[in-house]
Amino acid sequence: MIDLHGYGPRLLEGALVTVELALLSLVLAILLGLVTASAKMSRNWLAHRIGTLYTTTIRGVPDLVLMMLMFFGGQIGINQITDWLYTQFAIDIFINVNEFAAGVITIGLIFGAYMGETFRGAFLAVDSGQIEAGRAYGMNHWLVFRRIRFPQMMRHAIPGLSNNWMVLLKTTALVSVIGLSDMVRIATEASKATREPFTFMIIVAAIYLLIASVSEWGFARLQKRYNVGFTEAD
Amino acid sequence: MEALTTWLDNQLADNSIFTLQTLGYYGEGLATTVQLVFLSLVIGLVLAVPLAIGRGAKRRWVRLPIFLYCYVFRGTPLLVQLYLIYYGVVFVEGIQDTWLWVILEKPFVPALIAFTLNTAAYTTEIFHGAIKATARGEIEAARAYGMSQWLMMRRIIIPSAFRRALPAYGNEVIFMLHASAIASVVTIMDLTGAARFVYARYYAPFEAFLFVAAIYLCLTFAILYLFRYLEKRLLAHLKPASG
Repeated sequence: MIDLHGYGPRLLEGALVTVELALLSLVLAILLGLVTASAKMSRNWLAHRIGTLYTTTIRGVPDLVLMMLMFFGGQIGINQITDWLYTQFAIDIFINVNEFAAGVITIGLIFGAYMGETFRGAFLAVDSGQIEAGRAYGMNHWLVFRRIRFPQMMRHAIPGLSNNWMVLLKTTALVSVIGLSDMVRIATEASKATREPFTFMIIVAAIYLLIASVSEWGFARLQKRYNVGFTEAD
Repeated sequence: MEALTTWLDNQLADNSIFTLQTLGYYGEGLATTVQLVFLSLVIGLVLAVPLAIGRGAKRRWVRLPIFLYCYVFRGTPLLVQLYLIYYGVVFVEGIQDTWLWVILEKPFVPALIAFTLNTAAYTTEIFHGAIKATARGEIEAARAYGMSQWLMMRRIIIPSAFRRALPAYGNEVIFMLHASAIASVVTIMDLTGAARFVYARYYAPFEAFLFVAAIYLCLTFAILYLFRYLEKRLLAHLKPASG
């Protein structure tokens, strides 16, 4: 059996942090992606511009740089805002940036841009006749979105979504650099303390592979579900 | 040159962070990043071509190891791969006594190895997909001409697959540029490393990181336009005929 020098439970805790971080960021990224996709497809000039600016800049800059900007800059920026509030309006608040929350917000913000592109392509792939049919039934905008556009869009979005998720999962490893105790961070600490980097790094790699394989299976099932009604055509 | 430096120095006189010295750090960082990305991409590309051909081989003992290599390197974070190689080489029995240690001691070579192996895995998958997508008619035509397997590979499949792989490969190049920021973690002074240094020295996160973000953005756009130009040139025959 592999000797973990008592680091086993901590490594598991770290794995849990990784999974929680990834899932919460995914939720945020999907919500942001839907908003961005709508903004980019909107007829409103300003919304379109802001959406485009967001997706191009975020996708043009390395994740690590954005993460450092938000991590190191975030607290200073918030302090400046609260200072200003204090001097101007005598409102005294102190916001301490929680590392985990900052990680979720940063990764969510980064992948919101990628999701936005995925969703935009998928929304455009939905036949406009379907939407017209929905309107003809007297459905309002929200109902058309919920019953017609979203379920049909998902069929086109799932391959891209699954791709983004895989990249997101691997990106969570970067939070170890800025001080969050995810499994990579714990593995590096353990490697340095025990001088056995291979043991810990290979275990971490195996856990990532396991999560990736499980999610691949999950996405295949999801794809099957959203493909209902289209499979017979082939 | 002397005049230029003094002029630049005067221009930057009011600026406490972007002095000639810190701009020099960014310049060196840019050179390191470009070297690292370029070298790993070139070596990765050279490795990926035979691997992609082998990935689609009929023999299982050829196909399976390559599939596993791609699966593992694409399924784990680059950071973990980098740590494994960077911290791992030290513990290889007796390596510190050989000549290899001279180059492996510095973080540049371990980082280059990790990046190369990573990009080779992704590029293999891209090329494999492109090779698989070769039109049946092209292969049949080559067979009808009596071409051997290798001649067909060289003359028909590889050239057309390369062109088809171009857009996806462009994405991989940009991905690699962004991934190279990780090199700063193992003390390499690349672009991100320079930004971290400037941040730590002046405690100015916005200036340090926004500036480097702008440089990365410019590099990304340069790569994007290069590939768009290449696509226009090399994929001209696939464009729908304009009437």
